[in-house]
Amino acid sequence: MRSVTLRKANNLLMTALMVAATLSVLVPLAFIFVHIIKMGLSSISLDFFTQIPKPTGETGGGMANGIVGSAVMIAMASLLGLPIGIFGAVYLAEYGGSRISTIIRFAADVLSGIPSIITGMVAYTLLVVPMKGFSALAGSVALAMIMIPIVLRTTEEQLKMVPGSLREASLALGVPLWRTSLKVTLRSAMTGVMTGILLAIARVAGETAPLLFTALGNQFWSRKLTEPMAAMPLQIFSFAISPYEDWHRLAWAGALVLVTVMFSLSLAARYFGRNRQKG
Amino acid sequence: MWRKSVPPEATAQKWNIKTGFNGDFIFKGITVLFAFSILVILALMIYEMVGESLPAMKKFGGHFIGGMEWDAVQGTFGALPYLYGSIVSSVLALALATPLSVGSAVFITEIAPKKLGAVVAALVELLAAIPSVIYGLWGILVMAPWLQKTVQPFLIEHFGFLPFFKGAPYGVSMLAAVFILMIMVVPIITSITKEVLLAVPQSQKEAAIALGATRWEMIRMAVLPYGRSGILGAVILGLGRAIGETMAVTMVIGNAPQISLSLLSPAYTMPSVIANEFAETTSKLHSAALMEIGLILLVVTLVINALARLLIWSVTRRQSGGSH
Repeated sequence: MRSVTLRKANNLLMTALMVAATLSVLVPLAFIFVHIIKMGLSSISLDFFTQIPKPTGETGGGMANGIVGSAVMIAMASLLGLPIGIFGAVYLAEYGGSRISTIIRFAADVLSGIPSIITGMVAYTLLVVPMKGFSALAGSVALAMIMIPIVLRTTEEQLKMVPGSLREASLALGVPLWRTSLKVTLRSAMTGVMTGILLAIARVAGETAPLLFTALGNQFWSRKLTEPMAAMPLQIFSFAISPYEDWHRLAWAGALVLVTVMFSLSLAARYFGRNRQKG
Repeated sequence: MWRKSVPPEATAQKWNIKTGFNGDFIFKGITVLFAFSILVILALMIYEMVGESLPAMKKFGGHFIGGMEWDAVQGTFGALPYLYGSIVSSVLALALATPLSVGSAVFITEIAPKKLGAVVAALVELLAAIPSVIYGLWGILVMAPWLQKTVQPFLIEHFGFLPFFKGAPYGVSMLAAVFILMIMVVPIITSITKEVLLAVPQSQKEAAIALGATRWEMIRMAVLPYGRSGILGAVILGLGRAIGETMAVTMVIGNAPQISLSLLSPAYTMPSVIANEFAETTSKLHSAALMEIGLILLVVTLVINALARLLIWSVTRRQSGGSH
């Protein structure tokens, strides 16, 4: 048996090491934030939101087409992916036998770990090749494929927390199971489901890799969904690897806007999550 | 499961007698379709990737994995430099990230006062929410120049006799990729390890304390062993993320298909070569070769993720299954 002093010293040392580990995790975070805020604030202007990128050599310009493009593609991806994810979760929570539910649950977890660039390649072979061109549509489908497993898993967790007595009460009143699912179960889990939706949107809002071979990006405005479309993450990428100081500044401004949007989404998600715990 | 308490005849009335409308049948059909779409997407991914990479498989066979040459003009494709780059960058990043992540997870759950722990946990979640392209932006414009001016000259001067630190300081390099990957996987491993550690039963910890253990001894003897397989799962999941990470690595690794022991020289990874070349392939064979790289990536991440999930489930399920 080692002496008590030695054990206490060891305890202190290990505690200090844990604190040091935590600090070294948080320090890069601080660096990244300070830079995004400093560079972003000094680069952002009204033009950023109203102008499209200027050709190389000219100063100014903005990411208006990227902002709109991202919004359009996220909206389309949500229209496609959210219903599939949410109602798929209803199946798992309300109908599915336990074995098949476990398999689907497992597949969803595995799917959400697959690199998003693979999703982009698959969307490319499924949509870009047959349609003979890069398009916003293909980009949205790629994003939707990323959203589905996330929404499915979070929604299912929420539905499982709805007490069975609520469903029984509804069924006892003669309400069919499908109306019970829609009007009682889903509705009482609504805030939690919202959290999952917001987190899924936040996740795809920053996705770049799946858009590289689907939406491709566009220097100008796109008029059709079957054309290549600009997206903010794509623009940040191409501006960051360019050699031009002026484009770097646009990239920083874009990063600031993107991070602000994502944090607002996570804060909103947290807010819904908190409400649910209280209620 | 709530349905166990409801006898089947309670939901037997499935259609409206007047209209014959069978809502349950339709609703269930839709939900089944949507739930199975997960399996369909997964199957479709594998099917498409295999189908599209067949030309490259037929042409090169096993030489694809061992080949060094990647020449779109000549039509020879070997993936070894990309495999090497992916494996080395991910494994080194994991080696650095694991102690930091487990340390912070232990800090959050066992050492910090509850409020401080919650704040740190929230900050770590924030870190996980930053898109990878923004890590890449910071990496290429801030971190790589810093490495080039400060860190790499230091390493060359003091450790230049080692093969790992030979060469000129480029900034963009394997080292930069390792650092950026480390920063990116730490939040993932930390937050899952935190969940795993929270699943450790209070009674186990109390037993250790009651036997006179110090806090560290309690962590070492009661907390970490109980969560071991879950922590391993978290680390493997982090490995999956690191191998599949595309944008940030592409921006800082230098994109040079070479195998060099030196961490200071540029390298290339599997996702990076796909990101850089797939949109403008020059031939069917070129795109098939990229597809085969994608397929390798898909298979590796499928296996890694399946394994990781099983390990994590084994801990978090045990708790919810055992105590109720």
